[in-house]
Amino acid sequence: MSQIHIKQGHIVDPVNNINRVGCVYIADGKIISVTREPAGFKPDTIIDAQHKIVCPGFVDLSTRLREPGQSRKATFKSETAAAANGGVTTMCLQPDTSPVIDTPAVAELIKELAKNADYPQIYPIAALTQKLEGTELSAMLTLKQAGCMAVGNANQPVRNLLILRRAMEYAASHDMLVMFRPNDYWLGNNGCAHEGAVATRYGLPSIPEAAETIALAQCLELVELTGCRVHFGQLSCKRSVIKIHQAKKYGLHVSADVAVHQLHLTENDIIPFDSNYHVLPPLRTEADRQYLRQGLASGTINSICSDHQPHDKDAKLGAFPETEPGVSSVETLLPLMLKLVAQRIITLEQGIASLSGNPARVLRIKSGALTVGFAADVCVFDPELDWQVNADNWKSQGVNTPFWGQTFKGRVTQTLQAGNIIHCLEKSG
Amino acid sequence: MSENLQLNSEGKLKHFLSIEGLPKSLLTEILDVAQSFVGIGDHQIKKVPLLRGKTIVNLFFENSTRTRTTFELAANRLSADVLSMSISTSSTSKGESLLDTIRNLEAMYVDMFVVRHSISGAAHFIAQQTAPHISVINAGDGQHAHPTQAMLDMFTIRQIKKDFSNLRVAIIGDILHSRVARSQIQALNTLGTAEIRVIAPKTLLPAHVESLGVKVSHNLTAGLKDIDVIMMLRLQKERMTSALLPSESEYFKCFGLTEDKLKIAKPDAIVMHPGPINRGVEIDSKVADGPQSVILKQVSNGIAIRMAIMAMAMQKQGG
Repeated sequence: MSQIHIKQGHIVDPVNNINRVGCVYIADGKIISVTREPAGFKPDTIIDAQHKIVCPGFVDLSTRLREPGQSRKATFKSETAAAANGGVTTMCLQPDTSPVIDTPAVAELIKELAKNADYPQIYPIAALTQKLEGTELSAMLTLKQAGCMAVGNANQPVRNLLILRRAMEYAASHDMLVMFRPNDYWLGNNGCAHEGAVATRYGLPSIPEAAETIALAQCLELVELTGCRVHFGQLSCKRSVIKIHQAKKYGLHVSADVAVHQLHLTENDIIPFDSNYHVLPPLRTEADRQYLRQGLASGTINSICSDHQPHDKDAKLGAFPETEPGVSSVETLLPLMLKLVAQRIITLEQGIASLSGNPARVLRIKSGALTVGFAADVCVFDPELDWQVNADNWKSQGVNTPFWGQTFKGRVTQTLQAGNIIHCLEKSG
Repeated sequence: MSENLQLNSEGKLKHFLSIEGLPKSLLTEILDVAQSFVGIGDHQIKKVPLLRGKTIVNLFFENSTRTRTTFELAANRLSADVLSMSISTSSTSKGESLLDTIRNLEAMYVDMFVVRHSISGAAHFIAQQTAPHISVINAGDGQHAHPTQAMLDMFTIRQIKKDFSNLRVAIIGDILHSRVARSQIQALNTLGTAEIRVIAPKTLLPAHVESLGVKVSHNLTAGLKDIDVIMMLRLQKERMTSALLPSESEYFKCFGLTEDKLKIAKPDAIVMHPGPINRGVEIDSKVADGPQSVILKQVSNGIAIRMAIMAMAMQKQGG
């Protein structure tokens, strides 16, 4: 197999504590050396990474690629191209596909779709309960053997705490990670916006923070009771960050992520009724945004996910509460992270770790680092390159992004997945 | 900022979707224009030719008799051609999207849509999507806004009280679910009302209600002190089944407006209600039909206000 030489880039690999200019050497799809040239290395491809950053490919803990079931919105082909364009080399797929990922057949179908899209590193998250209905346990062990990395109930709350307890106990018995988006069904009350001044002004059905924090607190209690490994996904508010911080200090082994848009947007952005800002959990207040940023900086939140949710146009055309929530976001993941670095909220190392090493550690996979022997999942990006979010630069079939038309700094130039160059930015004049 | 959707480049009214974002001068202009239409109902020929040749479609995705009728009458008196459609039972139940319904009607050379819809933001959405020559009037969208109701309330208040700057106004009842209350609060604030109080139990108040520019009271007796204008809101029956209130009778005991409670307000206080009223739930019949009630006056004023808003929104089409 081929040998690749990534030449003279600024290597940032937080896991291995590397932050300097050097070369990365790849053979047979694996990292064989970093900075020191191996004897007899004869590359057939050279990637000139001068003035660029070379870092581990990104590991995205929450995505939806819309297949199976909603191929009118997006396909594995379109969304894996988008992921490659965004430097993402591993994706976790939420189980709320149609059919739900609750049988090995669906898990295998996903593996097949991934293979056909030439993007094998897609890990299905298995449904925690059958059909996500919150009443019966899914066949977690069978699903694990079929390639599911974790279990979760996507956006569907498990309303009965006894079922949640048993699901967590069962997951713990098979050493499976539970990915939990805290959301109390009743308190959420079918809302679509943060319960605050904006929803009050516009008469929008609203979701209080307590819908998240109460579900989070209950699940933390069950973590202690069951010993289950839990990762909390897409936190949206200040009090959730405080609760995770306290739980960690207390000694619970939990981790948490935040969707990248939550670090940049607030409830005010939806004014008056812009459906591109309709996301779940909803965009909350400025104070919540600041706390999420601090939580990331302090490590309470260890990962940033895209929470990628491409939609067709019709899904966002309607009165705000009737539109579908979600942002097509995998392609803006890097520039939005870099914006936090530019604003001195986090360091570049922290930002890269939150997109690669940290989520890989959550999943316990050999990725997210340029460690010798690991699959060569690499992202090369130009931190100074300006680009506009427009049809020319966009690969996702979903154009539902509030950032459409905006210019960002920092663009992925090459993405390697297990040594395959799955994205290479054409030189433009 | 995006509320400018309602105004054309010269600052004239194009759509009427919400009170928010409209300057005081424009609200005053609406009241003044409505004043000029007030007498028309008494004339032998109750029509002016302002909108002759124009087609107005009343699109009611939610049931309403009063609002639809006054819009129809207003359009008729402006000499427009009017078509009223109740869509809740026709197209949408067949799966047609809101946008498709609008597109179909647009193709029939319509000049104005008057829209009522059960979802907040529906009127904004339609205004964003319609062809540029079409005006959209919001006749109530979800829990968001009911700006023509608020303007007819302002008109009625001004008729009796003349000036807003000395007024203390109380809005009583289900603020949480009320598009009327939201628009009333915005209009009263824009017109410079001295004090606005909302009086309701916590279950019927939205979060951070003070951010709308109101004072909050959970006690009717205390809240009515020194009040010039009492604006009652309708209480929907389903509030009892969704555990927002224990019972109609307990609600009436705490928040129902009776003659005794009315005495706490200023002696010349007026009592308003957007209708339809629930006698014995939010208001006692003796008060609703009493000398301080201006409820029927509100209904008559509704026609003049809607004529004014329709005429002004159509004016922009000339130039």
